[in-house]
Amino acid sequence: MLSIKKITDENPFVKTFWFNYNLNSQPGQFVMLWIPGIDQKPFSIAYDDSAEFGLTIFAVGSLSKKLFELRVGDRVGISGPYGTAFSIQNDTHYITVAGGYGAGPLGLLTERLAATTNSTVDFCVGARSADLLLFKDRMAKLPHTTVQVATNDGSAGHTGFITDILSGLIQKSHGKKIILATCGPELMEKKVLDCANKNNVDCEVSIERFMKCGFGVCGQCCVDPLGLRMCMEGPVVNRATANSISEFGNYHRDKSGAKIYY
Amino acid sequence: MLKTSCLNIPFANPLVLASGILGVTAASMHKIIRDGAGGVTVKSISKAPRTGHPNPTMMGNDTYFLNAVGLSNPGIENGIAELIQFKKICPAPLIGSIFAGTADEFAELAELIAVAPIDILELDLSCPNVGREFGEPFAYSASAIGRITRETKAKVKVPISIKLSPNAWNIAELAKMAEAAGADAITAVNTVSGMAIDVRARRPILHNKQGGVSGPALFPIALKCVYDIYEAVKIPIIGTGGVMTGEDALKMIMAGATLVGVGSAVYYRGADVFGKIVAEMTEIMKQENIGSLDEIRGVAHGIM
Repeated sequence: MLSIKKITDENPFVKTFWFNYNLNSQPGQFVMLWIPGIDQKPFSIAYDDSAEFGLTIFAVGSLSKKLFELRVGDRVGISGPYGTAFSIQNDTHYITVAGGYGAGPLGLLTERLAATTNSTVDFCVGARSADLLLFKDRMAKLPHTTVQVATNDGSAGHTGFITDILSGLIQKSHGKKIILATCGPELMEKKVLDCANKNNVDCEVSIERFMKCGFGVCGQCCVDPLGLRMCMEGPVVNRATANSISEFGNYHRDKSGAKIYY
Repeated sequence: MLKTSCLNIPFANPLVLASGILGVTAASMHKIIRDGAGGVTVKSISKAPRTGHPNPTMMGNDTYFLNAVGLSNPGIENGIAELIQFKKICPAPLIGSIFAGTADEFAELAELIAVAPIDILELDLSCPNVGREFGEPFAYSASAIGRITRETKAKVKVPISIKLSPNAWNIAELAKMAEAAGADAITAVNTVSGMAIDVRARRPILHNKQGGVSGPALFPIALKCVYDIYEAVKIPIIGTGGVMTGEDALKMIMAGATLVGVGSAVYYRGADVFGKIVAEMTEIMKQENIGSLDEIRGVAHGIM
């Protein structure tokens, strides 16, 4: 059990919950957060500087809504970190493509790249409108990082989807090694993967599936057709693995194990 | 060397995935076969889809694993589709598993699942984690075991195995009752009831409060159950409970098991634990000049 050290607002609907603990996580990994008597679910890690870590959360379900009622000093159960992470490589141009909460792990990835490599980053983030964009200012401060924005209503950056601008960014990178890294709604991620395939560049995708245990036993997050567990062999998978997952962008399974088509 | 026949069904080795670990989808079960198992048991299926208990539903430490998933499953219709898909992509033996709230519903569900290409049907009479919904497990009652076994046997041709509970003090007697009622095999054992408490949260860790204990702590209990059942019945036993290593698997066979269920070992040694156990069994059998498992099945009995 860890005490909430502080709670900060990222936008009107999103808060970051901070904990004083050296989680020692890699960008893309997740923790299981338990509120006794309510539920326990996986959450991606948006900040981790080895002194403290932060989870950036939308209030969407019973657990996150309860979390939003908690105050500084209240305790929650944290276990992990679990799962695979995005690669951190030198001499590379990363194009990170975030939708919604996906800005969390990609924000952490971008910070680590800026701090520990000579790689450059286009941090691409999309939202419905300018006030909902996550981590625009946090990323703008980083060296060799350019923030690219798209909003559906045109209130900031490109008007439309963030995936519209990817081909242009790939063309502009002048033959440097490119990695597309994406986390967000699956249909957006599928467009990013398609773009990577079309341009024949590397791609790393964070694939979210319903998880019970988070450590490879319950089988709830296994994907077709290879039966890979997204809590162990994922959530972050490379382009070849993402291409091998036939259900990606097609369907996922609910809490009972029944298929839900997109 | 490890080839085993159970109910005239050939298994490449005696290891089968125990019900409830992985085993939700055809793809996941196929991966378990590729990782070295001789057969698989699907996670237990009910008539309607179930979401199970809220989390935490599973936890583990060095000595025990504890779960109360609450029998989540996609329901018989979706479940059958996964079973059919498994047999399309994999020829290995497939054990179906069902649970229900009444004897009538067990028989009805058995009839439904029997259209799927399953080799054995396991009746889960012993889940310890749904008491508030279903009452005491049927596996504590000789009359319930007898009735469910008889009614199900009357409806289906596929061989059935009755999964029993180590919580019952007289498991060998109960196995005998199942055999008398027409059971073709016994799966022994399910998890034993248990609990874990988080000191800082000052409450049980599992949302369901109580759960089923598996992992290393269950092994000696399961081994004794299999040993006792072997003395009581002539039908084959699927010895399950805390098997972690090749040595454990051989102990189960010496106690009398024909097949050996492996579940929580996935937590302790990874999804490729099946291949590891197969290699360890082979190595020990070479050292001990054991040519086949038939040579050692039940060998621990009848000794002064």
